[in-house]
Amino acid sequence: MTGERQDSRLLIETLGLTKRFGGVTALKGIDFRLKEGELRCLIGPNGAGKSTFFKCLTGQYKASAGEVRLRGQCLRHLQGHDIAQRGVGIKTQVPNVFENLSVRENVWLAALRVFGRQGAREKSEEIMERLGLTHLAETTTSRLAHGQRQLVELAMVLAPDPDLILLDEPAAGMSDEEISRLVDIIKQLNQHGALVIVEHDMQFIREIATTVTVFHQGEVLVEGGVQDILDNETVRDVYLGKETERC
Amino acid sequence: MSKLMNWSGSLLVVLAGLLALVIVPSIVELYVLIDLSIYASFGILALSLGLVWGYGGILSLGQAAFFGLGGYAYAVAAINLGDSASALLIGIAIPACFAAVLGYFMFWGNVSDVYLGVMTLTVALILHSFISQTAGDQWVIGNAPLGGLNGIPGTPILSWPWSPDASMTLREVYSVTVVLLLCSYLGCKAYLASNPGRILVAARENELRCQLLGYNVRRYKQLAFVIGGGLAGLAGVLFANSVFVNPAMFGLSVNAQSIIWVIVGGLGTLIGPLVGAFLVQFLTKSLGSISQVPGLAWLDPNLVLGLFLVLFVLFVPKGLAPLFRSASLGLFPLAGKAGLRKSSTNGRQRSGT
Repeated sequence: MTGERQDSRLLIETLGLTKRFGGVTALKGIDFRLKEGELRCLIGPNGAGKSTFFKCLTGQYKASAGEVRLRGQCLRHLQGHDIAQRGVGIKTQVPNVFENLSVRENVWLAALRVFGRQGAREKSEEIMERLGLTHLAETTTSRLAHGQRQLVELAMVLAPDPDLILLDEPAAGMSDEEISRLVDIIKQLNQHGALVIVEHDMQFIREIATTVTVFHQGEVLVEGGVQDILDNETVRDVYLGKETERC
Repeated sequence: MSKLMNWSGSLLVVLAGLLALVIVPSIVELYVLIDLSIYASFGILALSLGLVWGYGGILSLGQAAFFGLGGYAYAVAAINLGDSASALLIGIAIPACFAAVLGYFMFWGNVSDVYLGVMTLTVALILHSFISQTAGDQWVIGNAPLGGLNGIPGTPILSWPWSPDASMTLREVYSVTVVLLLCSYLGCKAYLASNPGRILVAARENELRCQLLGYNVRRYKQLAFVIGGGLAGLAGVLFANSVFVNPAMFGLSVNAQSIIWVIVGGLGTLIGPLVGAFLVQFLTKSLGSISQVPGLAWLDPNLVLGLFLVLFVLFVPKGLAPLFRSASLGLFPLAGKAGLRKSSTNGRQRSGT
């Protein structure tokens, strides 16, 4: 479904992306390509380099070697805020919100840069309604449950209308109802833009993804369709194991 | 009701300001008015630190650098130009520009938290040492001798723009100081309600998230730092009009006092630093007077003040303004919901610095 509407233009690519922390190499020459409108899931065991990869894409980490290109433009010399201004939004692994501000203020601030003061007000109301957060609008974010905070951060990521959305374990800590809503939202989002999603929940991945990239020890182990990946012996060995059998 | 709670601080300051302008001058002696002028200039200094530290999360331990620069810039400009109105603007502009340069190196150099505090304090102490050794004829800017440890005792008093040759009376200086204090407070309120102010508070809450939303946090921090520098400079100008400029304006004592005012009044509020400055200075003055009374010479003011501050930090760690806000919420429970959220927004309970 998503594959049919994929634009053939390349949105983001990494060429030999390497990240070292002292003697540890977290990413070893990653070559990754994502087209406009594509939805890709990244999976891999803990420590495989998925979150580091996201941090390199968003300018939080500078690559030790290799480069990231967004629509052909090298991002090497850009800061995190410059990359965000070019339409890359990220939901981090741990909810990263303005803890002492209300849900409404959080989403409004996220929309402010793009839509201005009044426009941000309307946009934030629309997004909160879409994510079922309207009844929590005046609640201070620090008082919310983990799953609700995930939704608030997702609302903040969506508010500036990014072209590329990176979601790092978006379903973690969510109830079944919230996950079900999240699946719908991701499908809607994929109608307008590209997404890369790191997730461990294979059921969730089956519902949203067509293509999966498997990371292992800082390298791309294999890339392919969901069922191919689940059937892949090597992937089972390094990551899925019993998890696959359960699914 | 909730709006009233949110704006109660502003209402209180404006009412107190009107009271100070209209009634106080007619009921107190001139020396009290001079004291109040000094307190008001300290209030603006406290406000500048309250803005920079409490809302921007920028721990400026050397805010007195801008206070002293403002005073000296005003004195030198007034002596050379003979026009104290433009000297007032110079006294604001030079510390603001200095803050812009210093802020550029700190924020673009990714200096943060405690290192930033050490850096600002060091700058203040370097300026203190430098100004202290400027005695002698070789240290003259135009017609203004810098005067070393003696400072510039002949600091010209402000004059009205339409009558540049006639200096203001000390009562007029008092009125101007109070009006400028009110304007500074309301200006800070307006700034914090603007987009850059909202983003500044958001960056204090979570700098990484701000960056990931596309905001260049360093720019917003630098703007706040420059505004704080300009405000501290204004405080220095007004202090120079009530006393005179001297190297102590840059000193450790003023730096420490300004931090104490903010802590006592309440970090993360605007009214708190004002209240803290007036209260602590009043206490300091009163303790000094008490120790002059025969038989009470053992009551060392610094010792008592130190004890007071220790007890204060132990028992009222968030400062006076949040304490009064909580008390008022208890009195007006209907306003509680909105007010409580506002207080947590302003309160910095979770952010790091």
